[in-house]
Amino acid sequence: MSATIGGHDRRPGFWVYGVLLAVMLGSAFPIWWSFLIGSQDAAAINQNGMIWIPGGNFLANAARVIDTIPFWSALGNSIIVSSAVSLSVVMFSTLAGYAFAKLKFRGREGLLIFVIATMAVPTQLGVVPLFIVMAKLGWTGSLWAVIAPGMVTAFGVFWMTQYLRDALPDELIEAVRMDGASMIRSFWHIGLPAARPAAAMLALFTFIGTWTNFFWPFIVLGPGNPTLPVALQQLQAAFYVDYSLVLAGVVLSIIPLILVFVFLGKQLVAGIMQGAVKG
Amino acid sequence: MTTAAAAGVNARSIRRIALSHKLSRWDVRFSPYLYISPFFVVFALVGLFPLLYTAWVSVHDWNLIGGQGDFVGLENFSTVLAQPYFWTSLRNTFSIFLLSSIPQVLVAISIAAVLDFNLRGKTFWRMGVLLPYVVAPVAVALIFNDLFGDKYGLINSLLTDVGLGPVRWHVDVLPSHIAIATMVNFRWTGYNALIFLAAMQAVPRDYYEAALIDGASRFRTFRSITVPLLRPIIIFVIITSTIGGLQIFDEARMFDQAGQGGANRQWQTLTLYIYELGWNQRNFGRASAVAWLLFLIIIVIAILNFVITRRIAGASERRLRQKGIS
Repeated sequence: MSATIGGHDRRPGFWVYGVLLAVMLGSAFPIWWSFLIGSQDAAAINQNGMIWIPGGNFLANAARVIDTIPFWSALGNSIIVSSAVSLSVVMFSTLAGYAFAKLKFRGREGLLIFVIATMAVPTQLGVVPLFIVMAKLGWTGSLWAVIAPGMVTAFGVFWMTQYLRDALPDELIEAVRMDGASMIRSFWHIGLPAARPAAAMLALFTFIGTWTNFFWPFIVLGPGNPTLPVALQQLQAAFYVDYSLVLAGVVLSIIPLILVFVFLGKQLVAGIMQGAVKG
Repeated sequence: MTTAAAAGVNARSIRRIALSHKLSRWDVRFSPYLYISPFFVVFALVGLFPLLYTAWVSVHDWNLIGGQGDFVGLENFSTVLAQPYFWTSLRNTFSIFLLSSIPQVLVAISIAAVLDFNLRGKTFWRMGVLLPYVVAPVAVALIFNDLFGDKYGLINSLLTDVGLGPVRWHVDVLPSHIAIATMVNFRWTGYNALIFLAAMQAVPRDYYEAALIDGASRFRTFRSITVPLLRPIIIFVIITSTIGGLQIFDEARMFDQAGQGGANRQWQTLTLYIYELGWNQRNFGRASAVAWLLFLIIIVIAILNFVITRRIAGASERRLRQKGIS
């Protein structure tokens, strides 16, 4: 008997696809809108709220964006910061996750619980002292000020611990240890390769989280050496807001992550469903 | 080869073996601590220390440029608590938080329920709901600022067409909160829907069969089986969205050019207020006082949340048990 309960195993009716289509439109429309307005002539858009056809001015608007804000250096900064943070989070989280999942040491359970508990600490509220420290170090305005605080996360450690617990058989580690491999060698040759799928996922989410982050980079970098969101913010800072300019900037700024989404969206969905949380 | 020389070699190699044994024991013993230490160092330096040091700063006169001044006790707290803007920000924070978290969780569960059907093109639909997640909050805010434009915005044009008249999104309190909450919801609803979907797919299908035999409706099975079994994940999503929702900054900051939360601080949140005190007024002491107050509020709300959701979900789980399902 094939179960039909709640429609779970039966092909659903049209209304279900109708609802999904509406949700999908809600997801995509604002992004489409940014291109619609970003491609208009500045004078045209204030005539009427209803514009449904893209204009021919996108490249001209994009060129104005690049003249108005330091777009290329902001893009470069975002790439540097997001890559550095992702790399570092993956390295340190995998190392710690390997220790928590596979090595025996006193205080292991207690320390792991501590790590998990720190996820609930609103560290954003420590901005004032963090800024004071960065100022003392002379790091304000430098990318280090954004990279250093993000170098390893509680979530990353937790994620890698969970994964390695099941993915890596203890016998394998014991076997290499019997052969006389040091701890770090057994991590390098056994732990790291086993961690690869989860590490890739962690890198992806960390990259997106860092790329879209605004609050701390805005405070510590300022307009002099911005990441993309910080630079984007300056487009609206003028007295008169020209939305064809602003939204052309939005389009330019979201292209990189839209590309990531096109190629790796499937992995993102899988990652969230495996238990990723907000990065 | 003489016996004496052989004995010397032996003694040396014995020492060497002993040393390598010792090193290997240290390796086994201390490596785990070494591997986990980066997290604890980073957390101590950029998490715990700043949070605690905030308390120290909050009881001093402290200028962004001038640095530490006199010890002033709780003066910063009493000054801040006497500011009307503090209370406005507190109200705004709660209002925006409620407008974003409650609809977000409800809609996310509904979307998850729809995605839980045996769909054609599963991956396509799942990716579709996740799309907004890759758009940075600043970009989301800029797009919605245009859509919510008071004069020429698309939403007001549509509202005028159906006779509801233009809403002053950037002037009136509640409309501005709705607009900002919409930005937050746009980005996170699909993400949370996928978390709920994963939990729903873990529900054993025979529970549904048992309910069908008992003659339960589709909505009934959803309410009485799916939702109670989703309890841990619902608590998890609510707690994370509470911690995030009470610290909303990006969307409120971007809602107009000035970034101070409106002429009368209609949509200034507490984090925006912290920024204004610390970096516009350069008063780190007062900014820290507000940060600590917000910290306490978040802890209280998180505990309340936990207790309430446990109780509500616990009650429906008990009903479930009485029916002998789980």
